Amino acid sequence: MQLTDKANSKNKPTANIKAALTMATCALLGTDAIAQGKDDKAWDIDTAVLYYGETDRVTATEAVISGTKEFEDDHFLNLKFTVDVLTGASANGAVAQPNVQTFTRPSGNGQFDVAAGETPLDDTFRDTRLQLNAQWTQPWTDNSRVSAGIHLSKEYDYLSLGLNTNLAFDFNNKNSTLSFGVSHFKDTFSPEGGIPEPFEPMVLGAYFDEDDYKNRDDDDDDDYSENQRLVSEDNKSTTDLLIGFTQVINRRMLMQLNYSHSLVDGYLSDPFKVLSIVSSDGLTQDLVYENRPDKRTKQSVYWQTKYHFDNSIIDTSYRYMWDDWDIKSHTVDTRFRYFLGDDSYIEPHIRYYHQQAAEFYQPFLNADEALPEFASADYRIGEMSAYTIGFKYGTKLDNGHDFSFRLEYYAQRPTDAGFAQPGALAGLDLYSGVDAIVAQVSYSF
Amino acid sequence: MKNKVKLTLLLTTSLVASGCTSLGVQPWERDLLAKKEMALSNGIDDSLDDHIYFSKEASSGGRSFGGGGCGCN
Repeated sequence: MQLTDKANSKNKPTANIKAALTMATCALLGTDAIAQGKDDKAWDIDTAVLYYGETDRVTATEAVISGTKEFEDDHFLNLKFTVDVLTGASANGAVAQPNVQTFTRPSGNGQFDVAAGETPLDDTFRDTRLQLNAQWTQPWTDNSRVSAGIHLSKEYDYLSLGLNTNLAFDFNNKNSTLSFGVSHFKDTFSPEGGIPEPFEPMVLGAYFDEDDYKNRDDDDDDDYSENQRLVSEDNKSTTDLLIGFTQVINRRMLMQLNYSHSLVDGYLSDPFKVLSIVSSDGLTQDLVYENRPDKRTKQSVYWQTKYHFDNSIIDTSYRYMWDDWDIKSHTVDTRFRYFLGDDSYIEPHIRYYHQQAAEFYQPFLNADEALPEFASADYRIGEMSAYTIGFKYGTKLDNGHDFSFRLEYYAQRPTDAGFAQPGALAGLDLYSGVDAIVAQVSYSF
Repeated sequence: MKNKVKLTLLLTTSLVASGCTSLGVQPWERDLLAKKEMALSNGIDDSLDDHIYFSKEASSGGRSFGGGGCGCN
C-alpha cells in the first residue's frame, strides 16, 4: 500500500487513506480488485446486473459478483464471477439487395431469408458465457506491490484462458506510482460447422444439403470444391504490455497516464462474417467468407484525471489507439458525479468514440476485380463514430449497503466509406447504424 | 504520424516526470483523495463497459489490459 506507517495504522483517517489508495493501486494495476481495507477483514461483495439491448439486433444480459478479502495486512484476494446470455441478430457483412436474399446459417444448420433493401442480419446468435477471474495482490517491498491473476472465459464455441502479473513502485512521498504489467491470453474458437477457409463461397440454394454441408471435408468432391474444407477450431494468442504512471497533483486532483502495447497472433477473422461479390450492375453474384491478417499489433496511450470539487467529482479520460491494420481511434469519456446530500449522488456520463477503418475493410467485393489478399465487410472495423449518453444514480441504504442504477443510450454511426455503389446498390443503405440501451443495477455490501 | 505520437508521448512523460517532485500532498492532506469515489477505477462498471465496447468497436484496453476474452458478435 502507499501508506505503510504502522504507527498510524489504527488512526481512522489513515485507514481510509489506505483503502482509497488500495483501490487506486488496483485501478493502476489493471485489475478490478476493490479493496476497502476494513479492520474486520470480511469479504467486500459487489454485484451488478446489466441489460444491453439493440433495436432489432443483439440483446445481452450480464450478471457479475465480485468479492475481495484482505487476508493479512495488504494481502488481497479478489474473485469475480461473470455470466452473460446473448441472443439476437448481428450484421453478417453482406450488402442489402433490391431482392430477397438467402443465407446459410453459420453452423450449416439451415438457411434464412433477408427482405429486399434490408441489411442482412444473422439471427442465430444464442450463447451463454461464464467467466472467472482471480487476482492476488500483496506488498513486495515497503514501496512496491506485486499482483498476479488468472482469467477463464468459456462459451459454447469459445474458450479464453489468461494470466497477468503487475509490479507497482511508489516514490515521491508516495505521490507517484510507476507500474508495469504483462498479460497473456490464449483463445480457442471452435464454431459449430467449423472454421471456413478464406474467401470460401457460402453454399446456397439447390446445392445446400444440411448434413452434407456440416460433414464436408477434403475428400468431398461431389457438390463442393476443394477450397471448402474446414478445420474444426483455431487459436489466437494476445500478449499485452502496460506501463502506467499515476500522480497525485494536489489535494483535489489525481492523474494517470498509461501506454499499452498489444500483440495478437493467430486466427483473427470472424467465421460468421461474409462479403458480397457484386457485379457491375450492383447485384450479388456470390457470398464469400472474410479473411483478415493473422497478426495485429495495437498500441494506445490513455490519460485519465479526477478532480474533486467541493460538492462534485469530474472524471475525464482520453485514449488514442493505433494499430498496424491502419485502425486509429479516439475515445473521450467524462463522468460528473454530483452529490445530493451525504449519501446520494447523480452522475451524468458522456462518451465519444471515433475510429478510422482497417486498410482491408471494404463493404463488398467487385466481381470484375481480382480478390484482394485480405478483406472484411465487418462494420466494426470500418470507419464509425459512436456516442454514449446516460446517467447513474447511487445511494447508501439504511443498512449501510450501496445501491445504484444507471441508464445509458449507445449509438453507432458508421461512415460512408466512399466506395462507388454501382447499379442496384445505388440508394441502398450499406452503412446502417446501431442503437442500444444499457441498463444496470448494482448492489454492494 | 507515429514519430509525432512518440515525440508527444516522450515530451509529456518527461514534463510530467520532471514536474512530479513539486507535485503531490502530505499524508494529512489526503482527505479528499482517500474517498472511495476518488479511486481511478469504476470497478464493475468499467469491466461491463469494456465488454460492451470490446464487442462493438475495433479498440480495447488502454485503461487496463485489453486482451482476449470472448468470441463476441
